[in-house]
Amino acid sequence: MNADAQGVLAGAHFLSGNEACCEGALAAGCRFVAGYPITPSTDIVERIAERFPTLGGTFIQMEDEIASSIAILGAAWAGQKAMTVTSGPGFSLMMEHVGLAAITETPCVFINVQRGGPSTGLPTLPGQADLMQARWGSHGDYEIIALSPNSPQECFEMTIEAFNLSEKYRTPVMLMSDECVGHMTEKVVIPPATEIEIYPRRYTTLPPAQYLPYQPEADLVPLMVKAGDGYRIHITGLTHDERGYPVINAECQEKLVRRLVDKIRCNADEIVSVEEHNTEECDTVLVSFGITSRVAFRAMEMARAEGLRVGLVRLKVIWPFPEKRIRQLAGQVRAFVVAEMNLGQIVFEVERCSAGRAETFLAPHAGGTVHLPHQILRVIREAAR
Amino acid sequence: MNSTHPVEPLLRMDRMPHIWCPGCGIGTSVNCFARVLLESKLNLDKVAIVSGIGCTGRVAGYLRLDSFHTTHGRPIPFATGLKLANPNLKVVVYSGDGDLIAIGGNHFIHAARRNIDLMVICVNNFNYAMTGGQVGPTTPLTALGTTAPYGNFEPPFNLPYLAESSGATYIARWTTYHVRQLARAYAEGLTRKGFVFIEVISPCPELYGRRNRLGTAAEMTNYYKEKSVVRHGAPTGEVGIAFQGEIVVGKFVDRPRPTFLEAMNEQMRAKLSDAFVPLEAAS
Repeated sequence: MNADAQGVLAGAHFLSGNEACCEGALAAGCRFVAGYPITPSTDIVERIAERFPTLGGTFIQMEDEIASSIAILGAAWAGQKAMTVTSGPGFSLMMEHVGLAAITETPCVFINVQRGGPSTGLPTLPGQADLMQARWGSHGDYEIIALSPNSPQECFEMTIEAFNLSEKYRTPVMLMSDECVGHMTEKVVIPPATEIEIYPRRYTTLPPAQYLPYQPEADLVPLMVKAGDGYRIHITGLTHDERGYPVINAECQEKLVRRLVDKIRCNADEIVSVEEHNTEECDTVLVSFGITSRVAFRAMEMARAEGLRVGLVRLKVIWPFPEKRIRQLAGQVRAFVVAEMNLGQIVFEVERCSAGRAETFLAPHAGGTVHLPHQILRVIREAAR
Repeated sequence: MNSTHPVEPLLRMDRMPHIWCPGCGIGTSVNCFARVLLESKLNLDKVAIVSGIGCTGRVAGYLRLDSFHTTHGRPIPFATGLKLANPNLKVVVYSGDGDLIAIGGNHFIHAARRNIDLMVICVNNFNYAMTGGQVGPTTPLTALGTTAPYGNFEPPFNLPYLAESSGATYIARWTTYHVRQLARAYAEGLTRKGFVFIEVISPCPELYGRRNRLGTAAEMTNYYKEKSVVRHGAPTGEVGIAFQGEIVVGKFVDRPRPTFLEAMNEQMRAKLSDAFVPLEAAS
């Protein structure tokens, strides 16, 4: 299915990452956004508030991020593609409904324009320290999908991809942008609607008498209905059976939670996405993502100019983590250098996957500004020694 | 003998027996609600019910409607998203006092302020029953709870007053003794637009009642009968409830006001005229 021409701002534009997220959401068919102002994400909802009224969309500024993050679930069950947008402290408040979206299998998108933390931290300056929160922030077991754009162009493309993945796997999807990518302005090419692939909602074709809300398809994802269609569904945040009815015992928990996790794990090969540079022949592999990957790219070039055999793996999808590829590389290279704007998060994933076969180094940064290339280069030199 | 209960068509009979204690008033309130819905001319496929967490939070799970059992305190913002994303739905929030007024208090006042087109039914049993009888923001002064073993000293909210101050368009309060009046309030509330608030004072004999030595469910209901005073149009500031004191019941507020969607559509049309495209329900 292609995007509806309405709302697709086809052409070449000079847009910030945040503006591009808004255009991506519109192109994806999102017509409900609930949000609460928070720097540095607010310009996304400001543009939504301006664009929506002529495109059949409803924006509501809720009383807080808790309300925003559940209003989008209500809208999703009414049949709309829905999104919320936040940053730092707001992302913390939304965790309650990441869990509700996961257990009720509600397609929805959360954009987090990351800033420095913890707590109020650095409201106007970048961070990349919410990756583990994106993965584990709500209580209980679940898997998540999280994407990491490193340019305004990718903010546009990945917002569409976030909606597509949320529909395909009926799961909340996080777009983990950051203040730098959100506020940098670059050329963004928006293709015509006919060239934008849209994954539609997976509705059942069964009549109400035969339909079970949580009976999974072969890919472990159940088909959906929406409120008002006569199916009289029951949707609960309690552990539930195929009928959607609460069942409070270990057997049902095993069955439901296992499937929630497996529908992402078993389809991980379809979801993961990395971009590689010079990984064919290298001794050291840089691993980076988001804004930091742009600095890492420069550091790789500087290292190669010094004669060091360095490659770069950029994580376009953070979760699920590209375990297979990192394991493969671990058998080929001497060392990994993980450059991230935090004091160690993704480095532990790389270390886990390399399982001692390649040494793992961290090029950390506490946030507030991007790394300088030589800060990463220094770690590359150490790793290559 | 016909063994079918008249509201069975609206209940998920495959989920019976329900979890509520003997003597609990929630079932009485649900019975009234179900009868009203069955007698109404509403297309029940277009009626959605949203609950939070707690004893009353379980209502959504027993009604054969599109029903959503959400998170603690959050049924109102969920319902807000549901309603705004499909304005053709009739959305009812059915939850308890702890859920709607303590943890969900902020959502309650803001939805009333915005005048979101929702009917909010709050079953007030004066305590947190699901978790074993703790005091909450509706517990009368001096009443006992597990977390106030020496008596509650926090002044409770007067819910009709809170709802009126926040902007609700229709406000009524009845007890589970007043089943006919309660049913009439439900029926009338369903015809009103905007934020409709109905408080249902309900006995919790197993926890609130037992701890405060209020006797059996029948005795608690008898208290409602003896101490209730019908005062339609009473100033809501005067309908607070003291421990085992008078309960003022009736319809307090019935005032039309533009709903969120009406106000939004009007403002957008004024500014954008024909360029404004309201959201269409997904097909």
